[in-house]
Amino acid sequence: MNNENAILSNTKSFFAEIGDMTFFAGRFFREVFSPPFEFKELVRQCYNMGNRSLLLVSVTGFILGLVFTLQSRPTLMQFGAQSWMASMVSLSIVREIGPVIIALICAGRIGSGIGAELGSMRVTEQIDAMEVSGTNPFKYLVVTRVVATTLMLPLLIIMGDAIALLGSAIVENLKGDVSFLLYFNQVFDALQFSDLLPATVKSVFFGFAIGLVGCYKGYNCAKGTVGVGEASNSAVVYISMLLFIIDFIAVFVTDIFFDI
Amino acid sequence: MTSKKNIKPVLELKNLKKSFGDNHVLKGFNLKLFEGENLVIMGKSGSGKSVMVKCLVGLIQPDSGSIRIKDQDIITMGQTELDLLRTEIGFLFQGSALYDSMTVRENLEFPLRRHKDKIENFQSTEFSVKEALENVGLAHTIDLMPAELSGGMQRRVAMARALILKPKIIMYDEPTTGLDPITAKEIIQLMRTIQKKYNTSSLIITHDVDCARVISNRMILLVDGINYAEGTFEELSNSKDEQVQAFFKS
Repeated sequence: MNNENAILSNTKSFFAEIGDMTFFAGRFFREVFSPPFEFKELVRQCYNMGNRSLLLVSVTGFILGLVFTLQSRPTLMQFGAQSWMASMVSLSIVREIGPVIIALICAGRIGSGIGAELGSMRVTEQIDAMEVSGTNPFKYLVVTRVVATTLMLPLLIIMGDAIALLGSAIVENLKGDVSFLLYFNQVFDALQFSDLLPATVKSVFFGFAIGLVGCYKGYNCAKGTVGVGEASNSAVVYISMLLFIIDFIAVFVTDIFFDI
Repeated sequence: MTSKKNIKPVLELKNLKKSFGDNHVLKGFNLKLFEGENLVIMGKSGSGKSVMVKCLVGLIQPDSGSIRIKDQDIITMGQTELDLLRTEIGFLFQGSALYDSMTVRENLEFPLRRHKDKIENFQSTEFSVKEALENVGLAHTIDLMPAELSGGMQRRVAMARALILKPKIIMYDEPTTGLDPITAKEIIQLMRTIQKKYNTSSLIITHDVDCARVISNRMILLVDGINYAEGTFEELSNSKDEQVQAFFKS
Protein backbone atom coordinates (compact mmCIF):
# COMPACT_ATOMS: atom_id res chain seq x y z
CA MET A 1 0.00 0.00 0.00
CA ASN A 2 2.87 2.34 0.88
CA ASN A 3 4.54 1.63 -2.46
CA GLU A 4 1.28 2.33 -4.27
CA ASN A 5 0.92 5.62 -2.42
CA ALA A 6 4.49 6.57 -3.24
CA ILE A 7 3.96 5.79 -6.93
CA LEU A 8 0.68 7.74 -6.93
CA SER A 9 2.30 10.70 -5.19
CA ASN A 10 5.30 10.69 -7.57
CA THR A 11 3.01 10.51 -10.59
CA LYS A 12 0.93 13.39 -9.25
CA SER A 13 3.97 15.56 -8.59
CA PHE A 14 5.38 14.71 -12.04
CA PHE A 15 2.20 15.91 -13.75
CA ALA A 16 1.99 18.92 -11.44
CA GLU A 17 5.51 19.84 -12.53
CA ILE A 18 4.60 19.44 -16.19
CA GLY A 19 1.67 21.80 -15.54
CA ASP A 20 3.92 24.33 -13.80
CA MET A 21 6.41 24.12 -16.64
CA THR A 22 3.62 24.80 -19.14
CA PHE A 23 2.61 27.93 -17.21
CA PHE A 24 6.29 28.93 -17.11
CA ALA A 25 6.48 28.53 -20.90
CA GLY A 26 3.27 30.57 -21.23
CA ARG A 27 4.80 33.36 -19.19
CA PHE A 28 7.90 33.23 -21.40
CA PHE A 29 5.78 33.76 -24.54
CA ARG A 30 3.93 36.65 -22.87
CA GLU A 31 7.14 38.37 -21.79
CA VAL A 32 9.29 37.72 -24.86
CA PHE A 33 7.26 40.02 -27.12
CA SER A 34 6.59 42.81 -24.61
CA PRO A 35 9.03 45.72 -24.05
CA PRO A 36 11.41 46.58 -22.51
CA PHE A 37 13.81 44.23 -24.31
CA GLU A 38 17.08 43.22 -22.69
CA PHE A 39 19.28 43.18 -25.83
CA LYS A 40 22.58 43.68 -24.03
CA GLU A 41 21.96 40.75 -21.71
CA LEU A 42 20.75 38.64 -24.67
CA VAL A 43 24.01 39.27 -26.55
CA ARG A 44 26.00 38.43 -23.40
CA GLN A 45 24.11 35.17 -22.98
CA CYS A 46 24.54 34.28 -26.68
CA TYR A 47 28.28 34.83 -26.24
CA ASN A 48 28.39 32.78 -23.04
CA MET A 49 26.43 29.88 -24.45
CA GLY A 50 27.70 29.91 -28.02
CA ASN A 51 31.31 30.89 -27.77
CA ARG A 52 32.06 28.99 -24.59
CA SER A 53 30.54 25.77 -25.96
CA LEU A 54 32.54 25.91 -29.20
CA LEU A 55 35.45 23.78 -28.03
CA LEU A 56 33.28 21.12 -26.43
CA VAL A 57 31.01 20.88 -29.47
CA SER A 58 33.99 20.86 -31.86
CA VAL A 59 35.80 18.05 -30.03
CA THR A 60 32.58 16.03 -29.69
CA GLY A 61 31.70 16.51 -33.36
CA PHE A 62 35.19 15.64 -34.56
CA ILE A 63 35.38 12.42 -32.50
CA LEU A 64 31.82 11.53 -33.49
CA GLY A 65 32.66 11.71 -37.22
CA LEU A 66 35.97 9.90 -36.73
CA VAL A 67 34.58 7.03 -34.67
CA PHE A 68 31.40 6.64 -36.73
CA THR A 69 33.44 6.28 -39.94
CA LEU A 70 35.98 3.92 -38.36
CA GLN A 71 33.23 1.68 -36.97
CA SER A 72 31.16 1.64 -40.17
CA ARG A 73 34.07 1.04 -42.56
CA PRO A 74 34.61 -2.72 -41.99
CA THR A 75 30.90 -3.51 -42.44
CA LEU A 76 30.62 -1.46 -45.65
CA MET A 77 33.82 -3.08 -46.95
CA GLN A 78 32.29 -6.54 -46.45
CA PHE A 79 29.62 -5.61 -48.99
CA GLY A 80 32.03 -3.64 -51.19
CA ALA A 81 30.03 -0.52 -50.46
CA GLN A 82 32.74 1.79 -49.15
CA SER A 83 31.85 4.33 -51.84
CA TRP A 84 28.57 4.87 -49.95
CA MET A 85 30.47 5.96 -46.83
CA ALA A 86 30.22 9.72 -47.46
CA SER A 87 26.50 9.67 -48.13
CA MET A 88 25.74 7.30 -45.24
CA VAL A 89 27.79 9.29 -42.72
CA SER A 90 26.51 12.67 -43.88
CA LEU A 91 22.85 11.64 -43.81
CA SER A 92 23.15 9.98 -40.40
CA ILE A 93 25.03 12.87 -38.86
CA VAL A 94 23.03 15.74 -40.33
CA ARG A 95 19.62 14.16 -39.90
CA GLU A 96 19.91 12.49 -36.53
CA ILE A 97 23.14 11.75 -34.69
CA GLY A 98 24.68 15.23 -34.87
CA PRO A 99 21.67 17.17 -33.54
CA VAL A 100 20.85 14.63 -30.81
CA ILE A 101 24.42 14.12 -29.53
CA ILE A 102 25.29 17.82 -29.60
CA ALA A 103 21.99 18.73 -27.94
CA LEU A 104 22.68 16.18 -25.20
CA ILE A 105 26.18 17.62 -24.73
CA CYS A 106 24.65 21.11 -24.51
CA ALA A 107 22.04 19.86 -22.05
CA GLY A 108 24.92 18.96 -19.74
CA ARG A 109 26.99 22.06 -20.48
CA ILE A 110 24.33 24.77 -20.82
CA GLY A 111 21.17 23.33 -19.20
CA SER A 112 22.83 22.35 -15.94
CA GLY A 113 24.77 25.64 -15.93
CA ILE A 114 21.57 27.67 -16.20
CA GLY A 115 19.88 25.52 -13.51
CA ALA A 116 22.79 25.97 -11.10
CA GLU A 117 23.27 29.69 -11.82
CA LEU A 118 19.62 30.67 -11.42
CA GLY A 119 19.26 28.24 -8.51
CA SER A 120 22.08 29.86 -6.57
CA MET A 121 20.69 33.30 -7.42
CA ARG A 122 17.32 32.21 -6.00
CA VAL A 123 18.87 30.77 -2.84
CA THR A 124 21.02 33.85 -2.17
CA GLU A 125 18.00 36.14 -2.74
CA GLN A 126 19.56 37.80 -5.80
CA ILE A 127 16.36 37.21 -7.81
CA ASP A 128 14.31 38.77 -4.98
CA ALA A 129 16.73 41.71 -4.97
CA MET A 130 16.11 42.26 -8.70
CA GLU A 131 12.36 42.14 -8.16
CA VAL A 132 12.52 44.60 -5.24
CA SER A 133 14.57 47.04 -7.33
CA GLY A 134 11.63 47.30 -9.73
CA THR A 135 13.22 45.21 -12.51
CA ASN A 136 11.46 42.17 -13.95
CA PRO A 137 13.85 39.28 -13.18
CA PHE A 138 11.90 36.88 -15.42
CA LYS A 139 12.56 39.08 -18.43
CA TYR A 140 16.18 39.73 -17.52
CA LEU A 141 17.16 36.20 -16.51
CA VAL A 142 14.74 33.76 -18.14
CA VAL A 143 13.70 35.36 -21.43
CA THR A 144 17.28 36.23 -22.40
CA ARG A 145 18.59 32.74 -21.62
CA VAL A 146 15.79 30.88 -23.41
CA VAL A 147 16.13 33.08 -26.51
CA ALA A 148 19.92 32.67 -26.43
CA THR A 149 19.78 28.87 -26.31
CA THR A 150 17.10 28.83 -29.04
CA LEU A 151 19.32 30.95 -31.29
CA MET A 152 22.66 29.38 -30.44
CA LEU A 153 21.87 25.67 -30.51
CA PRO A 154 21.12 25.44 -34.26
CA LEU A 155 24.40 27.24 -34.96
CA LEU A 156 26.34 24.93 -32.63
CA ILE A 157 24.70 21.90 -34.23
CA ILE A 158 25.49 23.05 -37.78
CA MET A 159 29.08 23.67 -36.75
CA GLY A 160 29.28 20.33 -34.91
CA ASP A 161 27.89 18.51 -37.98
CA ALA A 162 30.47 20.19 -40.23
CA ILE A 163 33.33 19.21 -37.92
CA ALA A 164 31.98 15.64 -37.66
CA LEU A 165 32.05 15.42 -41.46
CA LEU A 166 35.61 16.74 -41.44
CA GLY A 167 36.57 13.99 -38.96
CA SER A 168 34.95 11.42 -41.22
CA ALA A 169 36.75 12.86 -44.29
CA ILE A 170 40.11 12.55 -42.50
CA VAL A 171 39.48 8.84 -41.79
CA GLU A 172 38.42 8.23 -45.40
CA ASN A 173 41.45 10.13 -46.65
CA LEU A 174 43.88 8.15 -44.49
CA LYS A 175 42.25 4.72 -44.72
CA GLY A 176 40.61 4.74 -48.12
CA ASP A 177 42.68 7.19 -50.13
CA VAL A 178 39.59 9.32 -50.80
CA SER A 179 40.51 12.95 -51.46
CA PHE A 180 38.78 15.68 -49.43
CA LEU A 181 37.35 17.15 -52.62
CA LEU A 182 35.79 13.85 -53.68
CA TYR A 183 34.52 13.14 -50.16
CA PHE A 184 32.78 16.49 -49.81
CA ASN A 185 31.41 16.27 -53.37
CA GLN A 186 29.78 12.99 -52.36
CA VAL A 187 28.50 14.58 -49.12
CA PHE A 188 26.86 17.49 -50.94
CA ASP A 189 25.43 15.16 -53.59
CA ALA A 190 23.82 13.04 -50.86
CA LEU A 191 22.39 15.88 -48.78
CA GLN A 192 19.07 17.38 -49.80
CA PHE A 193 17.11 20.39 -48.56
CA SER A 194 14.73 17.90 -46.93
CA ASP A 195 17.62 16.64 -44.78
CA LEU A 196 18.83 20.04 -43.60
CA LEU A 197 15.55 21.82 -42.93
CA PRO A 198 13.94 19.34 -40.49
CA ALA A 199 17.25 18.95 -38.63
CA THR A 200 17.62 22.72 -38.24
CA VAL A 201 14.00 23.18 -37.16
CA LYS A 202 14.44 20.32 -34.70
CA SER A 203 17.56 21.95 -33.24
CA VAL A 204 15.62 25.17 -32.64
CA PHE A 205 13.19 23.18 -30.47
CA PHE A 206 16.11 21.44 -28.76
CA GLY A 207 17.59 24.84 -27.88
CA PHE A 208 14.24 26.09 -26.59
CA ALA A 209 13.82 22.97 -24.42
CA ILE A 210 17.33 23.30 -22.94
CA GLY A 211 16.83 26.96 -22.07
CA LEU A 212 13.29 26.62 -20.78
CA VAL A 213 13.81 23.58 -18.54
CA GLY A 214 17.17 24.87 -17.22
CA CYS A 215 15.56 28.22 -16.35
CA TYR A 216 12.43 26.60 -14.87
CA LYS A 217 14.46 24.36 -12.58
CA GLY A 218 16.79 27.15 -11.46
CA TYR A 219 14.12 29.84 -11.10
CA ASN A 220 11.96 27.58 -8.92
CA CYS A 221 14.86 26.13 -6.97
CA ALA A 222 14.20 24.98 -3.40
CA LYS A 223 16.11 26.59 -0.54
CA GLY A 224 19.66 25.58 0.30
CA THR A 225 22.68 24.20 -1.51
CA VAL A 226 20.92 20.83 -1.88
CA GLY A 227 18.22 22.63 -3.85
CA VAL A 228 20.81 24.09 -6.23
CA GLY A 229 22.34 20.65 -6.82
CA GLU A 230 18.91 19.16 -7.42
CA ALA A 231 17.94 21.98 -9.79
CA SER A 232 21.06 21.43 -11.86
CA ASN A 233 20.77 17.64 -11.85
CA SER A 234 17.06 17.41 -12.58
CA ALA A 235 17.42 20.03 -15.34
CA VAL A 236 19.73 17.65 -17.23
CA VAL A 237 17.45 14.65 -16.62
CA TYR A 238 14.30 16.47 -17.79
CA ILE A 239 16.06 18.05 -20.78
CA SER A 240 17.50 14.69 -21.92
CA MET A 241 14.09 13.08 -21.72
CA LEU A 242 12.47 16.01 -23.52
CA LEU A 243 15.09 15.95 -26.29
CA PHE A 244 14.21 12.37 -27.19
CA ILE A 245 10.49 13.16 -27.13
CA ILE A 246 11.04 16.18 -29.40
CA ASP A 247 13.26 14.05 -31.65
CA PHE A 248 10.57 11.39 -31.96
CA ILE A 249 7.92 14.00 -32.81
CA ALA A 250 10.27 15.69 -35.30
CA VAL A 251 11.04 12.43 -37.12
CA PHE A 252 7.34 11.58 -37.19
CA VAL A 253 6.39 14.99 -38.64
CA THR A 254 9.32 14.92 -41.11
CA ASP A 255 8.14 11.52 -42.33
CA ILE A 256 4.71 12.97 -43.06
CA PHE A 257 5.97 16.03 -44.96
CA PHE A 258 9.15 14.77 -46.64
CA ASP A 259 8.52 11.04 -46.88
CA ILE A 260 11.93 10.02 -45.48
CA MET B 1 3.06 58.20 20.53
CA THR B 2 -0.13 60.18 21.02
CA SER B 3 1.21 62.97 18.80
CA LYS B 4 1.34 60.51 15.87
CA LYS B 5 -2.33 59.53 16.07
CA ASN B 6 -3.38 62.16 13.54
CA ILE B 7 -0.38 61.77 11.23
CA LYS B 8 -0.79 59.53 8.21
CA PRO B 9 1.69 56.67 8.23
CA VAL B 10 3.91 56.09 5.17
CA LEU B 11 3.39 52.37 5.62
CA GLU B 12 0.47 50.63 7.24
CA LEU B 13 -0.16 46.96 7.71
CA LYS B 14 -3.51 45.71 9.02
CA ASN B 15 -4.38 42.25 10.26
CA LEU B 16 -1.80 40.50 8.08
CA LYS B 17 -2.13 36.72 7.94
CA LYS B 18 0.12 34.24 6.20
CA SER B 19 0.31 30.44 6.47
CA PHE B 20 2.50 27.85 4.79
CA GLY B 21 0.37 24.71 4.91
CA ASP B 22 -0.41 24.08 8.58
CA ASN B 23 2.26 26.50 9.72
CA HIS B 24 0.48 29.75 10.59
CA VAL B 25 3.33 32.27 10.51
CA LEU B 26 1.47 35.57 10.72
CA LYS B 27 -1.84 35.57 12.60
CA GLY B 28 -3.02 39.15 12.28
CA PHE B 29 0.03 41.39 12.46
CA ASN B 30 -0.42 45.18 12.53
CA LEU B 31 2.12 47.90 11.95
CA LYS B 32 2.36 51.62 11.24
CA LEU B 33 5.55 53.34 10.11
CA PHE B 34 5.65 57.13 10.20
CA GLU B 35 7.80 59.55 8.20
CA GLY B 36 11.37 59.85 9.45
CA GLU B 37 10.86 57.09 12.01
CA ASN B 38 13.10 54.10 12.76
CA LEU B 39 10.82 51.21 13.69
CA VAL B 40 12.46 48.01 14.91
CA ILE B 41 10.69 44.65 14.70
CA MET B 42 12.15 42.05 17.02
CA GLY B 43 11.26 38.41 17.25
CA LYS B 44 12.77 34.98 17.63
CA SER B 45 14.15 33.09 14.63
CA GLY B 46 11.24 31.64 12.66
CA SER B 47 8.73 34.06 14.18
CA GLY B 48 7.80 35.41 10.74
CA LYS B 49 9.77 38.66 10.63
CA SER B 50 11.30 38.00 7.21
CA VAL B 51 7.97 36.68 5.86
CA MET B 52 6.29 39.89 7.03
CA VAL B 53 8.86 42.16 5.41
CA LYS B 54 8.71 40.15 2.17
CA CYS B 55 4.92 40.57 2.17
CA LEU B 56 5.51 44.32 2.46
CA VAL B 57 7.46 44.50 -0.80
CA GLY B 58 5.24 42.04 -2.66
CA LEU B 59 7.70 39.14 -2.72
CA ILE B 60 5.21 36.97 -0.82
CA GLN B 61 1.46 37.22 -1.24
CA PRO B 62 -0.30 37.33 2.16
CA ASP B 63 -3.41 35.20 2.77
CA SER B 64 -5.39 38.17 4.08
CA GLY B 65 -5.02 41.65 5.51
CA SER B 66 -4.06 44.94 3.94
CA ILE B 67 -0.72 46.57 3.15
CA ARG B 68 -0.70 50.26 2.29
CA ILE B 69 2.49 52.04 1.30
CA LYS B 70 2.26 55.79 0.65
CA ASP B 71 -1.52 55.40 0.60
CA GLN B 72 -1.49 52.70 -2.09
CA ASP B 73 -2.72 49.16 -1.52
CA ILE B 74 0.07 46.92 -2.77
CA ILE B 75 -1.94 43.68 -2.67
CA THR B 76 -4.40 44.74 -5.35
CA MET B 77 -1.82 46.70 -7.35
CA GLY B 78 -0.76 45.72 -10.90
CA GLN B 79 2.82 44.68 -11.64
CA THR B 80 3.79 47.94 -13.36
CA GLU B 81 2.47 50.07 -10.49
CA LEU B 82 4.15 47.77 -7.98
CA ASP B 83 7.49 48.08 -9.80
CA LEU B 84 7.16 51.87 -9.70
CA LEU B 85 6.27 51.86 -6.02
CA ARG B 86 9.23 49.59 -5.29
CA THR B 87 11.55 52.35 -6.46
CA GLU B 88 10.39 54.30 -3.38
CA ILE B 89 11.51 51.45 -1.15
CA GLY B 90 15.08 50.38 -0.45
CA PHE B 91 15.59 46.83 0.78
CA LEU B 92 18.71 45.48 2.45
CA PHE B 93 18.72 41.68 2.37
CA GLN B 94 20.06 39.54 5.20
CA GLY B 95 22.85 38.07 3.05
CA SER B 96 23.41 41.32 1.07
CA ALA B 97 22.17 39.60 -2.15
CA LEU B 98 24.70 41.31 -4.40
CA TYR B 99 24.65 40.02 -7.99
CA ASP B 100 27.80 37.93 -7.94
CA SER B 101 28.33 37.91 -11.71
CA MET B 102 28.45 41.73 -11.79
CA THR B 103 30.99 44.25 -10.51
CA VAL B 104 30.08 46.68 -7.73
CA ARG B 105 29.47 49.35 -10.40
CA GLU B 106 27.09 47.07 -12.34
CA ASN B 107 25.31 46.08 -9.12
CA LEU B 108 24.58 49.74 -8.43
CA GLU B 109 23.70 50.55 -12.02
CA PHE B 110 21.16 47.73 -12.15
CA PRO B 111 18.24 49.51 -10.37
CA LEU B 112 18.94 52.65 -12.47
CA ARG B 113 18.49 50.85 -15.79
CA ARG B 114 14.73 51.26 -15.81
CA HIS B 115 14.13 53.99 -13.27
CA LYS B 116 16.54 56.89 -13.89
CA ASP B 117 13.56 59.22 -14.19
CA LYS B 118 12.67 58.57 -10.54
CA ILE B 119 15.69 60.55 -9.35
CA GLU B 120 15.21 64.29 -9.19
CA ASN B 121 18.08 66.22 -10.81
CA PHE B 122 19.50 62.98 -12.22
CA GLN B 123 22.96 63.86 -13.50
CA SER B 124 24.40 60.63 -14.82
CA THR B 125 24.54 56.95 -13.93
CA GLU B 126 28.25 57.30 -13.15
CA PHE B 127 27.57 60.24 -10.81
CA SER B 128 24.78 58.40 -8.97
CA VAL B 129 26.87 55.24 -8.55
CA LYS B 130 29.84 57.19 -7.19
CA GLU B 131 27.65 59.27 -4.88
CA ALA B 132 25.99 56.14 -3.45
CA LEU B 133 29.35 54.45 -2.90
CA GLU B 134 30.81 57.56 -1.26
CA ASN B 135 27.84 57.57 1.13
CA VAL B 136 28.96 54.18 2.41
CA GLY B 137 32.69 54.96 2.22
CA LEU B 138 33.49 52.45 -0.51
CA ALA B 139 34.17 54.53 -3.62
CA HIS B 140 37.42 52.64 -4.20
CA THR B 141 35.64 49.30 -4.65
CA ILE B 142 33.71 50.40 -7.74
CA ASP B 143 35.36 47.94 -10.14
CA LEU B 144 35.69 45.00 -7.76
CA MET B 145 33.58 41.86 -7.82
CA PRO B 146 31.41 41.10 -4.73
CA ALA B 147 33.53 38.01 -4.01
CA GLU B 148 36.54 40.30 -3.52
CA LEU B 149 34.81 42.19 -0.69
CA SER B 150 34.57 41.30 3.00
CA GLY B 151 31.16 40.56 4.57
CA GLY B 152 30.94 44.07 6.03
CA MET B 153 31.89 45.70 2.74
CA GLN B 154 29.31 43.61 0.90
CA ARG B 155 26.65 44.78 3.36
CA ARG B 156 27.67 48.41 2.77
CA VAL B 157 27.62 47.99 -1.01
CA ALA B 158 24.15 46.43 -0.65
CA MET B 159 23.14 49.52 1.34
CA ALA B 160 24.49 51.74 -1.42
CA ARG B 161 22.44 49.76 -3.95
CA ALA B 162 19.33 50.08 -1.77
CA LEU B 163 19.90 53.85 -1.61
CA ILE B 164 20.67 54.55 -5.24
CA LEU B 165 17.08 55.36 -6.21
CA LYS B 166 16.81 57.71 -3.20
CA PRO B 167 13.98 55.76 -1.56
CA LYS B 168 11.75 57.27 1.10
CA ILE B 169 11.40 54.00 3.01
CA ILE B 170 14.24 51.57 3.73
CA MET B 171 13.71 48.04 5.02
CA TYR B 172 16.62 46.29 6.68
CA ASP B 173 16.35 42.52 7.10
CA GLU B 174 18.80 41.52 9.86
CA PRO B 175 21.37 44.20 8.90
CA THR B 176 24.01 43.10 11.41
CA THR B 177 23.61 39.31 11.26
CA GLY B 178 26.84 37.45 10.54
CA LEU B 179 29.06 40.47 11.15
CA ASP B 180 31.68 40.97 13.86
CA PRO B 181 30.71 43.48 16.62
CA ILE B 182 32.90 46.27 15.26
CA THR B 183 31.58 45.98 11.70
CA ALA B 184 28.05 45.66 13.08
CA LYS B 185 28.51 48.98 14.92
CA GLU B 186 29.80 50.58 11.71
CA ILE B 187 26.71 49.38 9.85
CA ILE B 188 24.40 50.71 12.58
CA GLN B 189 26.21 54.05 12.47
CA LEU B 190 25.85 54.11 8.70
CA MET B 191 22.11 53.44 9.00
CA ARG B 192 21.77 56.43 11.34
CA THR B 193 23.79 58.66 9.03
CA ILE B 194 21.67 57.69 6.03
CA GLN B 195 18.47 58.26 7.96
CA LYS B 196 19.59 61.76 8.96
CA LYS B 197 20.91 62.67 5.51
CA TYR B 198 17.90 61.55 3.47
CA ASN B 199 15.19 61.70 6.18
CA THR B 200 14.10 58.18 5.35
CA SER B 201 11.64 56.05 7.29
CA SER B 202 13.27 52.78 8.28
CA LEU B 203 11.84 49.41 9.16
CA ILE B 204 14.50 47.28 10.79
CA ILE B 205 14.09 43.56 11.34
CA THR B 206 16.61 42.36 13.87
CA HIS B 207 17.26 40.32 16.97
CA ASP B 208 20.36 42.34 17.80
CA VAL B 209 19.51 44.22 21.02
CA ASP B 210 22.42 46.64 20.57
CA CYS B 211 21.19 47.54 17.11
CA ALA B 212 17.65 48.08 18.44
CA ARG B 213 18.91 50.23 21.35
CA VAL B 214 20.98 52.53 19.16
CA ILE B 215 18.67 52.98 16.22
CA SER B 216 15.05 52.51 17.27
CA ASN B 217 12.51 55.25 17.88
CA ARG B 218 9.89 52.59 18.49
CA MET B 219 9.85 48.80 18.68
CA ILE B 220 7.39 45.97 18.08
CA LEU B 221 7.92 42.48 19.44
CA LEU B 222 6.60 39.82 17.09
CA VAL B 223 5.68 36.66 18.97
CA ASP B 224 3.55 33.82 17.58
CA GLY B 225 2.59 35.87 14.53
CA ILE B 226 1.09 38.83 16.41
CA ASN B 227 2.25 42.13 17.93
CA TYR B 228 3.10 40.92 21.40
CA ALA B 229 4.40 44.22 22.76
CA GLU B 230 5.04 47.71 21.45
CA GLY B 231 6.88 50.75 22.78
CA THR B 232 10.21 52.51 22.96
CA PHE B 233 13.39 50.58 23.73
CA GLU B 234 13.35 51.86 27.33
CA GLU B 235 9.70 50.92 27.84
CA LEU B 236 10.19 47.40 26.57
CA SER B 237 13.55 46.78 28.22
CA ASN B 238 11.98 47.75 31.58
CA SER B 239 8.91 45.59 31.03
CA LYS B 240 8.08 43.01 33.68
CA ASP B 241 6.67 40.58 31.12
CA GLU B 242 8.78 37.41 30.98
CA GLN B 243 8.55 36.95 27.20
CA VAL B 244 9.57 40.58 26.63
CA GLN B 245 12.42 40.28 29.12
CA ALA B 246 13.69 37.18 27.35
CA PHE B 247 14.67 39.35 24.36
CA PHE B 248 16.69 41.78 26.43
CA LYS B 249 18.39 39.33 28.77
CA SER B 250 20.00 37.33 25.97
